[in-house]
Amino acid sequence: MGSGTPMFRVRGLELSLPDFANKPPLGRAPMVDILKGLDFDIEAGSVLGIVGGSGSGKSTLGRTLIRLLEPTAGSIAFEGRDIGHLDEATLRPLRRRLQMIFQDPMSSLNPRRRVGAIIADPLRIHGLDRINARVDEALDHVGLPGSFRARYPHELSGGQRQRVGIARAIAMRPDFILADEIVSGLDVSSQAQVLNLLENLVRELGLTVAFISHDLSVIRRLCSQVLVLNRGTIVEYAPVERIFDAPEAQYTRELLDAIPLPDPDQPGW
Amino acid sequence: MRDGRGTVKRKAGLRLWLSGGWLAIVALLTLLAGWISPHDPLAQDLFAARLPPFWVDGAEPGFLLGTDSLGRDVLSRIIYGGRIALTVAVIAGLATAVIGSVLGLIAGYYRGWADAVISRLVDIWMAFPPVLFAILLIAVLGTGLWSIVIAIIVIDWTRFCRVVRAEAMNQSQMDYVSSAVVAGHVRAAILWREIGPNVLPTIVALLTLEMGIAVIVEAILSFVNLSISTDAPTWGGMIAEGRISIHQAWWVLVCPLIVLFLTVLAFSQFGEGLKDRFDPVLR
Ligand SMILES: Nc1ncnc2c1ncn2[C@@H]1O[C@H](COP(=O)(O)OP(=O)(O)OP(=O)(O)O)[C@@H](O)[C@H]1O
Ligand SMILES: [Mg+2]
Repeated sequence: MGSGTPMFRVRGLELSLPDFANKPPLGRAPMVDILKGLDFDIEAGSVLGIVGGSGSGKSTLGRTLIRLLEPTAGSIAFEGRDIGHLDEATLRPLRRRLQMIFQDPMSSLNPRRRVGAIIADPLRIHGLDRINARVDEALDHVGLPGSFRARYPHELSGGQRQRVGIARAIAMRPDFILADEIVSGLDVSSQAQVLNLLENLVRELGLTVAFISHDLSVIRRLCSQVLVLNRGTIVEYAPVERIFDAPEAQYTRELLDAIPLPDPDQPGW
Repeated sequence: MRDGRGTVKRKAGLRLWLSGGWLAIVALLTLLAGWISPHDPLAQDLFAARLPPFWVDGAEPGFLLGTDSLGRDVLSRIIYGGRIALTVAVIAGLATAVIGSVLGLIAGYYRGWADAVISRLVDIWMAFPPVLFAILLIAVLGTGLWSIVIAIIVIDWTRFCRVVRAEAMNQSQMDYVSSAVVAGHVRAAILWREIGPNVLPTIVALLTLEMGIAVIVEAILSFVNLSISTDAPTWGGMIAEGRISIHQAWWVLVCPLIVLFLTVLAFSQFGEGLKDRFDPVLR
């Protein structure tokens, strides 16, 4: 990749969806603006944290980046090429390079397919070779034994399911991974394990990641850049140290204040 | 009970085996009717009229379930009647399931104008009272086995369509569908390979229910003489005839009634049993 061109260059990104809740009995549903003109870049090899309150548009932004949604206006340049309005057939070769890990692994793994098939399927679609070897390798990467191939998702623990979700994404050898609240459904110890795993994978595989979270302490550990989103607009976009040491926006300070800090003077209760 | 790990087998065996066993027996008897049936179901013998079933005094050895007022063997008539009932159940059930499910899947997954057209059609369709609809159809088509089958399909495809559409919409919201898009699947493949298998248990449950309903509908139509030709043995026709001679020969009414009841019950229980036994997803 030519240096100078970021992996993603997003300009004036807008997205509106029909609001069926307020649809008049006759006529069209009104449109609600969910993303209101966003500008940012994602450098290759960086980890971008996306934070913001519930409903601020984080998931919508992430899903638009990897073109699960089509933007209403603006451009999404991936390696210099605008992918904002490509049709599904043109996007397909790019899909291998843009992967996603979902928040709820129970919902994102088809309950009627075995782990092996879940990981192998995307590889098959893209006509990759050595599928068996790749599946084993991916399972090994996320620390699951090969015997898990024969299991159904409901036969795994929450943390194991999320590892399968990660294995499915990395088996494709993508360049970019969107991780949308990937630990918020897990208990504390699985959270730490999954985060460690992701951290190692990012380093090992040289992945570029957009990491969505409402937990700033996780962002601090993982990310190089942070994008703070509020009601569909960017309130702050800066390197991670700046966000934590010298936040500019009031909204960012509020988010920072909400982090529960371990207080040495107070006995835990 | 589920404990998270490992396959937890529920004790659903008995229901599945009893209902499946009964359906298998009925299916086998009707398939092999030509060899198994002890008598010609239409052969009358006025000297052997109203013979009681085997456990009642005065029974004749050749007539296990006795004879009716024209001296026709009740067991043979039940077997041949079952042939008609099961034919209607299988053909009408499968055709209804296929038509309703395909339309329901398309409406629920693709949404848009396809959904608008299909849903509107279902709404209008369901505004007709079904019994009136059935009688009207038979009046137009004439009586006969195929008229019953067509009437059932025409009336009941909406049941599948509505339920399958709702379930397909439900499944479309799941992240595994988004994940299939990320993987690069084409839409038709997502519907067929990802959503289809998750809607299948619903379709199977509806199908067995529909087969039971088809058996009842066939019985009712033959009871009111709107089924196939009057002298062909049908369970509903036997019940109608048995009603007249209930005081002299109760078995002519009771035997087909019990068989009808058990068959309808077996169909619904079989669906439930299948779901418990073969669904890998324990919720
Ligand atoms: N399909 C949709 N139709 C209409 N509005 C939607 C749709 N999906 C999301 N929204 C709205 O868009 C806004 C942003 O949603 P989004 O899921 O992106 O938020 P989020 O930041 O990911 O929140 P959370 O932290 O709760 O996951 C919300 O107000 C939501 O109600
Ligand atoms: Mg979200």
